Amino acid sequence: MLEVERLEKSFGGVRAVDGFSFHVDKGETLGIIGPNGAGKTTVFNLITRFYTPDGGRMRFMGKSITHLPPYRLARLGIARTFQNLRLFKDLTVLENITSAHLTGHSYSPFAGIFRTRRHLRIEREARDNAMMLLDFLGLGGKEQAPAGSLPYGEQRRLEIARALAIRPRLLLIDEPGAGMNPREIQDLVATLREVKARFDLTIVMIEHQMGLVMNISDRILVMDFGEKIMEGTPSEVRKDRRVIEAYLGEEPV
Amino acid sequence: MEQASYIISQVINGLQLGAVYALIALGYTMVYGILRLINFAHGDIFMLGAFFAYFLISRFGTPIYLVFFATMAMCALAGYLMEKIAYKPLRNAPKISLLITAVGVSLFLEYFCSLKAIFTPDYIGFPRPFEVSAWNISLGGIDFSFTNVQVIIFAITFFTLALLYLLVYRTKQGTAMRAVSHDQEAAALMGINIDHTVSLTFMVGAALAGVGGILYGIAYPQINVFMGIMPGIKSFIAAVLGGIGIIHGAVIGGLIVGVSEVVVSAFLSSTYRDGVIFVILLIVLLVKPSGLFGKRIDKV
Amino acid sequence: MRFFLDSRKLILLAAGIYIVLKLLFSSGIVSEYIQQITIYVFIVVLAATGLNVIYGYTGQFSLGHAAFYGIGAYTSAYLVKTLGLNSVFALPATLLAGGIMAGLIACIIGIPILRLRDDFLGIATLGFGILVRVFFDNSDRISETLGGSRGFTGIAKLTNLEITFVVTVFLLIVTRNIISSRYGLFWRCIKDDETASASIGIDTTRMKLMAFSYGCFLAGVAGALYAHLYTFLHPSNFDFLKSIDFLIIVILGGMGNIAGTIYAGLLWVGFIEGLRIALPSNILDLRWVFIPLLLIVLMMWRPYGLMSKKKGDG
Repeated sequence: MLEVERLEKSFGGVRAVDGFSFHVDKGETLGIIGPNGAGKTTVFNLITRFYTPDGGRMRFMGKSITHLPPYRLARLGIARTFQNLRLFKDLTVLENITSAHLTGHSYSPFAGIFRTRRHLRIEREARDNAMMLLDFLGLGGKEQAPAGSLPYGEQRRLEIARALAIRPRLLLIDEPGAGMNPREIQDLVATLREVKARFDLTIVMIEHQMGLVMNISDRILVMDFGEKIMEGTPSEVRKDRRVIEAYLGEEPV
Repeated sequence: MEQASYIISQVINGLQLGAVYALIALGYTMVYGILRLINFAHGDIFMLGAFFAYFLISRFGTPIYLVFFATMAMCALAGYLMEKIAYKPLRNAPKISLLITAVGVSLFLEYFCSLKAIFTPDYIGFPRPFEVSAWNISLGGIDFSFTNVQVIIFAITFFTLALLYLLVYRTKQGTAMRAVSHDQEAAALMGINIDHTVSLTFMVGAALAGVGGILYGIAYPQINVFMGIMPGIKSFIAAVLGGIGIIHGAVIGGLIVGVSEVVVSAFLSSTYRDGVIFVILLIVLLVKPSGLFGKRIDKV
Repeated sequence: MRFFLDSRKLILLAAGIYIVLKLLFSSGIVSEYIQQITIYVFIVVLAATGLNVIYGYTGQFSLGHAAFYGIGAYTSAYLVKTLGLNSVFALPATLLAGGIMAGLIACIIGIPILRLRDDFLGIATLGFGILVRVFFDNSDRISETLGGSRGFTGIAKLTNLEITFVVTVFLLIVTRNIISSRYGLFWRCIKDDETASASIGIDTTRMKLMAFSYGCFLAGVAGALYAHLYTFLHPSNFDFLKSIDFLIIVILGGMGNIAGTIYAGLLWVGFIEGLRIALPSNILDLRWVFIPLLLIVLMMWRPYGLMSKKKGDG
């Protein structure tokens, strides 16, 4: 589904991502782990083109996406969440989701001005779809609250709901477990499994919480110094010497 | 050869104007660096400087070196009061209300000073404390001349800049200013008194604008309460050109703006001189959005 | 028509205001001068609404809005004068032309400058404002009609209460409808977080350009109405301070609040012009001492706009 070849990026002489290659198959969940500063988030920012790669190629569903701007990638079906949460804080919970839905369901400005039948139908669909997503992620009843007023855990879920509202095929999740306690993480794992089954998704996830990532991933890729140091099933990764040295050794699982 | 001497004289004239812009731009850049505020009233401090000097010279016959010190002190006081009265209460308000307040302060100073009881709405002649004399120089067959006014302007600007550098890079207060400009919260945690530092920045910036006002009066001896508007805007553009928040950027930016303005007036038409600055600004911002000497800011 | 959906009350209110104004105007109670100011309030509100779209809704800081207001004014005045369209019936066409010209130039200038943000965009638009001012000052080199720094004289007086009223109300409803459509939603998303907007598939460059052009279109139409109200244009009518005027109205009314812009426009113009009438002529000079003081006090009292009670911390 997604193939990344020899991706490269330097910041002021420091090689953040150094010839990194990987692929994800349809329906798979891939976990990317590695110590802080290993270049994981940079890889996401390169795939979604918030950074311009210095070198390398990327293909999504057989189509080259190396030179597409971020919004085109979203419309092709690549959705993402952010490490530090990037909700539309001043907009309502509902608007956070309808906005994402409406990027893929277009009507002309004139339809908007004169409120044609098409405009009204699409707006209604956006609302219905958003309500469905909110219920699904346990945010029902909060649609009129400003997104910034939600508690942290709910903001995390809202961000996932927003990503789902663009009907993605591939979902890139950046540290969904950050700042959550073990109980919340358990809920999150359950939610992510449900989301994946229901929306027929392929998932790439960056995560620090080993419990979460080992639990949910079909395959795990370990990064350090901008490079892939190994790749395998969760049980293989757990046993690998290099991984234990580079990463797991520091904090026992 | 004639053409070459003409160009050189125009460039010297441009540098003379640019030096004044540089002095004003420094205040903009320092205040912006510390509060992220475009202090639109800064141009009016420059005007106040010219008027203070005018009164000191024509009413009291103050000797010129005292005029400089007294004007700087009065402008610093004006800058201090401006910050304390108008800007400090809005420290936590949205930036835009602060900007509107700055415009309010600017309009207030202009119209208040234009009252007959205060200054006057008319143009008045600035009393030059000395006669203008020019020297002719021949370098490699190219003749050009410069005046004592220019020598004085360059010398005083240079001297003031040297003092500013000593203040900013060699004193504790200067270190505090740089720290607050870099990261206000961290500076506060390190025990730096933010309020004092902000006040000091306003005072230093205002004193520099005051010097600019005197030099402007000496060079172009007509002053008016609205004289600060255009030089103010141009100096801010100069600060952005050089990279906002960067001291040498403001100086180079000021000189660029001054020279291009004078050169365009001389070779095209004086009515185009304001337009060319925008064209330069636009090109610089598009090629290097953080200005000539600015550091790149990465997104995400 | 659904165009007027949810606007029945608004239309009724507008019609009521119109009838009252019309009666006042035709009864001869109010002077010509007051009539002119009343029409001018509509014009200012229309232009300020344009800035509200650009800044209040989309978060693009502009300090050059008056330039587009001026472009609309000069365009319409030039067309009317050179084509001899001295008829109220031709006015809608030249208003549209003024608006489109402003929108088009906004689009051209927006392509390079809209990638700048915040104060940098502000300073670039301010610079553009100066450039336009220079152009107006030198416009007599292109055509004598435009008048250059002497000003553009002899413009047909075509703007009346009816046309101003209909055009303003119509465009305000159009604006409201766009704001509540997907386009307005995207604009607000961009103001909130541009990166996140791109991540959900919003073409941020295009949407910003659209908001900027549309906002400037409104300024252009307003400028055209202004030209045919006062029949004289001078480059200094469209300088930096005029841009600040629109900005003040947007801030006082509250960012992203059309009703607020209407009230603030009325209050601001009313106050400035009211002082001119109320103050005895020997202290009329003090007007511009009071106005900035009032502005400073207002900003301290209500930093989020007159309608918002929110204070401090932002």
